[in-house]
Amino acid sequence: MAGEGSCGKTVDAGARLARSGIWAEAWAQIDAPDGMVNIAYEGLDRHVLHGHGSELALIWLGKDGVRVEYSFADLAAQTSRFAGVLTDYGLKEGDSVFSLMGRIPELYITALGTLKAGLVFTPLFSAFGPEPIRTRMEIGNARVLVTTEALYKRKIEPLRASLPSLELVLITGNEAPEGCTALGPALAAASPDIAVANTTPETPALIHFTSGTTGKPKGAVHVHQAVVYHAYSGRKALDLTPGTIYWCTADPGWVTGTSYGIIAPLVNRATMIVVEAEFDLERWYETIQREKVEVWYTAPTAIRMMMRAGAKAAMPYDFSSLRFMASVGEPLNPEAVIWSEKVFGQPFHDNWWQTETGGIMIANRPGMTVKPGSMGKPLPGVEASIVDNEASNLREAGENEIGELALRPGWPSMMRSYIHEQARYDKCFADGWYLSGDLAMRDADGYFWFVGRADDLIKSSGHLIGPFEVESALIEHPAIAEAGVIGIPDETAGEVVKAYVTLNPDFAPSDTLERDIRGHARKKLGAAVAPREIIFRKSLPKTRSGKIMRRLLKARELGLPEGDISTLETDES
Amino acid sequence: MTEEEIRRAYIEELTEVAPDISPDEIGNEAHIQDDLDLDSMDILNFVTALHERLGIDIPEPDYPRIATLGKAIRYLGQRLA
Repeated sequence: MAGEGSCGKTVDAGARLARSGIWAEAWAQIDAPDGMVNIAYEGLDRHVLHGHGSELALIWLGKDGVRVEYSFADLAAQTSRFAGVLTDYGLKEGDSVFSLMGRIPELYITALGTLKAGLVFTPLFSAFGPEPIRTRMEIGNARVLVTTEALYKRKIEPLRASLPSLELVLITGNEAPEGCTALGPALAAASPDIAVANTTPETPALIHFTSGTTGKPKGAVHVHQAVVYHAYSGRKALDLTPGTIYWCTADPGWVTGTSYGIIAPLVNRATMIVVEAEFDLERWYETIQREKVEVWYTAPTAIRMMMRAGAKAAMPYDFSSLRFMASVGEPLNPEAVIWSEKVFGQPFHDNWWQTETGGIMIANRPGMTVKPGSMGKPLPGVEASIVDNEASNLREAGENEIGELALRPGWPSMMRSYIHEQARYDKCFADGWYLSGDLAMRDADGYFWFVGRADDLIKSSGHLIGPFEVESALIEHPAIAEAGVIGIPDETAGEVVKAYVTLNPDFAPSDTLERDIRGHARKKLGAAVAPREIIFRKSLPKTRSGKIMRRLLKARELGLPEGDISTLETDES
Repeated sequence: MTEEEIRRAYIEELTEVAPDISPDEIGNEAHIQDDLDLDSMDILNFVTALHERLGIDIPEPDYPRIATLGKAIRYLGQRLA
């Protein structure tokens, strides 16, 4: 792994030995028969082999009120059938399977069946517009896509011709449009007893896309031994134990919804609650009460929506089943921690990690004193620090000093590469540290506090949005000459996307044009990524090399000091 | 306020928040999340816009009651009565 070579410089041998002991203990949480490490085997089949097949793996709550239970044996059989469909088609190790669907049972069967077959799984967020979908499928060389008929017709069919690598499109249900295969009959025809692919610890398993400040999204590659860290961190940071009723509200289209919405609970033999519908206050409170949810993992935007509804809306419900609550996606504000203590009788425990880290790195763990507003402390085995990488030599920052949050590589779920992007991967490491791109500080008690992004990436409702991807979609609008996109603070979403644009000759600013541009961006990108506001400018602030200075747009928007503007060539007007 | 006025307010404010939706897509049964792809931030903005236009405060637990045009006409009609 890049950057690991110089680890010995500042870490003493004792600490390294302790860490290797921790990982040995984590490895003991999985079976790994004859050296095979397979996420689906560890999450499903081994529980069946050990006599737990009849225990509940998944309780699915559909939009229309349907409730369906799946035991570990049910999911083991269904995922074997799915793996059979893929291998019968002739797919081989390394081939890429994408999914585009909401939180329906087929999504979970696709994810685990793909892993069981030894292929690489990439989930796409079903609310993405066609553009983010096309880019990600192209970079990931998608050979297979599993989706619903409705999503296929709306988002895939129009761009299918531009996806030459895509051979097999499986449609959930019993019927499929032309050029596609119906998944229902294919599963029914496949054997439920296929052998699990003999994957090694380093066999690629998952690609999760994450945004970059410039250029295309990056596909972070994760391997099968990540399951060791999911088992370990699920236990340590979320208190997942066999039989725990656990609800992770995240969509598997984002890394949390896969690492902790599929893998960590299954490998820990917990029972996952999956709610198909989006946030709906009463449905959420009812779900906790009715299903007796014990561990709940959600996100600040949802928590702040509950706060908006007020403590009174929560009063009719019985939350006594809850024993641990955690939050991730963006920093949880202290008010939300204090509010949750009042309403649920316990605080939400904030934690921190990224697509690249594959699992929770820093957390307010069960039993720890929560400092409201802090992300907590590194999990045992994880070495985190605050570094100053601006000077010629990287140095570790002192207490309460702001710097970049950095981690020593070596935990099992670290990304192994960005697909086809070695240079961008290498840039993530310096002096034996993985550089997160997040600014933070560490207090005297060892708690970490998030400060902001070191780059221009936008965090909205827990989703990381790359301004470049938004700008690229905007300038495809005939009226737009240039676009600069920033995140502005928002009470509920953390940040929302705002765009500054200049117009081509023959176009003049108007409310109609503003709406037309927003509509265009939403169609291309989807609601979660598109800007909520468009501002017209005659020109945008640019460097001598012609790069739009987003940092300056943001400082002005927020009334902050403009900082170093020596590279500014043309100012905005 | 007549049913027609409520219908117009709903459609105009919805397409203002989400200009990718054309008014003729908004049938009585079209669900704003499931069919029209609004996300939770859109819904907050939509509720705020309805509040400003109609002067009705719509509490969070009532959001499902404006999830389709048909439901909203009944709910807003009652609230405005």
